[in-house]
Amino acid sequence: MTEIKLGPLRFRASRPTRASLARAAQATWSIVALPVIAIVLALVVGYVVIVASQLLVPGRAIDLLLPLNAYATLFGGAFGSFDGIVRTLVSSTPLIFGGLSVALAFRAGLFNIGAQGQFLLGALGAVWIGVAVRDQPALFAIPVALLAAMLAGAAWGFIPGFLKAISGAHEVVTTIMLNYTAYSVIAWAVSGPLDQPGSASPITDTVGNAGLPILLGRTGHAGIVVALVAVAFVWWLLFRTTRGFEIRTVGANPDAARYAGMRPRFIMVLTMTLAGALAGLSGASVLLGVTRYMTASFGTTVGFDSIAVALLGRSHPVGVVFGALLFGAMRSGALVMYGQTRIPAEIVDVLQATILFFLVAAPVLRRVLRLRDVRSELGTTETLTRTYGSEAVTR
Amino acid sequence: MSAELDVATVRAPALEMRGVSKRYPGVLANDHIDLDVRPGEIHALLGENGAGKTTLMNVLYGLARPDEGEILLDGQPVTIHGPADAINQGISMVHQHFMLVPVFSVADNILLGAEVMRDPIFINRAEAHRRIVELGRRFGFDVDPEVRVGSLSVGWQQRVEILKALYRNARILVLDEPTAVLTPQETEEIFAVLRRLADAGHSIIFISHKLYEVLQIADRITVIRRGRVVGQRLPAETNEEDLAELMVGREVALVVDRGESHPGEVRLEIRGLRVRDDRGHEAVQGVDLEVRAGEIVGVAGVAGNGQDELVEAIIGLRPVAGGRISLEGRDVTTWSPRDMNEAGVGYVPADRHRFGVVLSFSIADNLSLTSYYKAPFARGLVRDEAAIESTAEERIRKFDVRTPTATAPANTLSGGNQQKLIVAREFGGETRLLVLDQPTRGLDVGSIEFIHRQTIAKRDAGAAILLVSAELDEVLEVSDRIAVMYRGRVVAIRDGRTADKNEIGLLMATGGEEREARAAGSAA
Repeated sequence: MTEIKLGPLRFRASRPTRASLARAAQATWSIVALPVIAIVLALVVGYVVIVASQLLVPGRAIDLLLPLNAYATLFGGAFGSFDGIVRTLVSSTPLIFGGLSVALAFRAGLFNIGAQGQFLLGALGAVWIGVAVRDQPALFAIPVALLAAMLAGAAWGFIPGFLKAISGAHEVVTTIMLNYTAYSVIAWAVSGPLDQPGSASPITDTVGNAGLPILLGRTGHAGIVVALVAVAFVWWLLFRTTRGFEIRTVGANPDAARYAGMRPRFIMVLTMTLAGALAGLSGASVLLGVTRYMTASFGTTVGFDSIAVALLGRSHPVGVVFGALLFGAMRSGALVMYGQTRIPAEIVDVLQATILFFLVAAPVLRRVLRLRDVRSELGTTETLTRTYGSEAVTR
Repeated sequence: MSAELDVATVRAPALEMRGVSKRYPGVLANDHIDLDVRPGEIHALLGENGAGKTTLMNVLYGLARPDEGEILLDGQPVTIHGPADAINQGISMVHQHFMLVPVFSVADNILLGAEVMRDPIFINRAEAHRRIVELGRRFGFDVDPEVRVGSLSVGWQQRVEILKALYRNARILVLDEPTAVLTPQETEEIFAVLRRLADAGHSIIFISHKLYEVLQIADRITVIRRGRVVGQRLPAETNEEDLAELMVGREVALVVDRGESHPGEVRLEIRGLRVRDDRGHEAVQGVDLEVRAGEIVGVAGVAGNGQDELVEAIIGLRPVAGGRISLEGRDVTTWSPRDMNEAGVGYVPADRHRFGVVLSFSIADNLSLTSYYKAPFARGLVRDEAAIESTAEERIRKFDVRTPTATAPANTLSGGNQQKLIVAREFGGETRLLVLDQPTRGLDVGSIEFIHRQTIAKRDAGAAILLVSAELDEVLEVSDRIAVMYRGRVVAIRDGRTADKNEIGLLMATGGEEREARAAGSAA
């Protein structure tokens, strides 16, 4: 009898009997049920929104099939062609890093809303060093630029972790403030030290050889490979190392962690720093792989979408990959959808926000649908809901 | 009103609880409890912690639904759906921890929640003030309704709580350990208030485990132990010894043969230890204690007399304010929990859900919780899953933890099995010193016996054992020596085999005489 482990899933693989298959199916369902239900409900809400939005166009007949048509083109745009798949991978890549960042923090009982700021700082680090080493060989320039991004993001994550450890300042508050600070830092750097002389608007030089090579099609850069390495690393860290055990224990029961001789405050600082490094890589993957330079208006909502991705992935590295692929696919398919159905790409924002809404309402969903939840070490929603009251660790 | 009617209303109990039973998973908290309180009576409910007093009052207050039994008010059966309903029916509770808003005035605190019942929109403050002042004057506490509650002393805050109840027309007043937070003078004052309330026809249920207070204030005393009424007394026909015996229980259901002990060298030595509690008060005030190898020292005491702080200081979870702790001659006063664990100190915490287990983790992970970072559970930074599981399976077998697999989460275990899990972890290795804080609290008889046997086996293997328990029976059954803690001090040390239960019970409740305490301290 061999044992197959898929993260929290564990199958004892002997000859599969009907009962064992049923058990495995049940175990799988208990993990994926919530995300799947949240997605389905979001699609239902999106359906209503799309139908209703037709009322805004004067003299247009209501087409009840339009939403289905939209979803079909959305899906087709994301996965229906080679270009679509490449686009999906490219937009998923920063979400994988970002989702890992938020998920890792969730595991330690921390709510990293600051992924956005760490993302920006990571991108800044990547462009700053990337421009400096742009004429060096790629084998040197790329790792150095990635490292710079990690360090910058890590620094931006270390600050709230450190503040919480020494004073109990809540990371939700400090990371939100650091997000705003990050925007200002970017604006300053791009219009000041990094500005290209002679350009009309503030813009940096391009990163040259530090840019990530294109592996697939015209835009499929190597960031996805780095992202998958990061997934494996975070999984290994969380579930195979003593450090990860400490992180998970601090997240699940900080008092028990103290009793067991762990140092919750050190773990919080470490986790926030690592989370910052991951979000920093997210910024680097966009900057080095897609834009290759930075303007003062650089920045997407990747950092915020990452929160939804982490929730969708139930704070598990493998789950994060699926969450990121879904959100990436929506972004990738949105323009195709617009082109074919004239439904604005912003409907994707509605879908994503609705998914997030239903995920955060998980306790309600679970009660209404009578779902038995798999023991999640820390229901991430617990971290969301208990945020302002968790003083146990700060002693 | 005719004479007969008058007599009838005086004699009929204002409140009667008949055959109330409440079962929680694993414990029968209330086992067919009968209680009646007459108008104008102060009725004391006496029992050790965990005896079922709080559960019974939760049933009365509508916070818990009884599995069996009924509640009668003035002879009429009633159902109480919740605290609001209880208040409506004239039942009020003054909690041990006050439910007051410190930044609000006395009047605001009293009106809080009550004002809507009168008029859902407007508050008639003048009228409210008048009533508060009048109520206060009638029962002997003149309080300015406009003063901020936060600026009042604890004793006065308690009076505001009582006033709050009276303002809501409470006829039956439940006071849960009202004197726990008061100074002796404040206690005297509150007793005077209670007496005046009773004289005015209110019924008062006074919950306590302090014997002398109960004798002083109560008209009638009902003693409960392990969920059952074990006796009822009038203060005139009883004394502290009698009540202690009732409360603690004479015959012991289950005594594990503790055998002979062969104490060796001093393992744990505590000198002049001072420790502060969470609020900064000195909970441990100069404790001297030693535990030898191959010896079980039981610490008896009513919960909240500094035992938890003492234990947490030894383990390294709580900083020491003064004094010294040594382990095998080394000064370990400032050691961390990890240092102590490395030195072979096992610890079973009182609050197992908070400290002892991570409920969402597997049993195997929980069994490695305190030594997850070293062999055989890890090589360097990498955990050895196979070793974690095989060690777990071995300990599950040895300590008879009832579970299908080692990978099941700890929250699938019963309370007794969770405690066995902790025992399996802490007793499993090479142990120099074991610190057990309430190791059998809330467990069934079988699990208690098991843990006692393991404790004695550990002693016979040469470990030094410090056992803290609020259950006097437990301390008497397994200890070789008994230290009695009272108000942060060790007031007496007795031999475990010859100790007199009544004497210890009395020492727990009263602290004994100061002279005796000093003699015991120097002998230790």
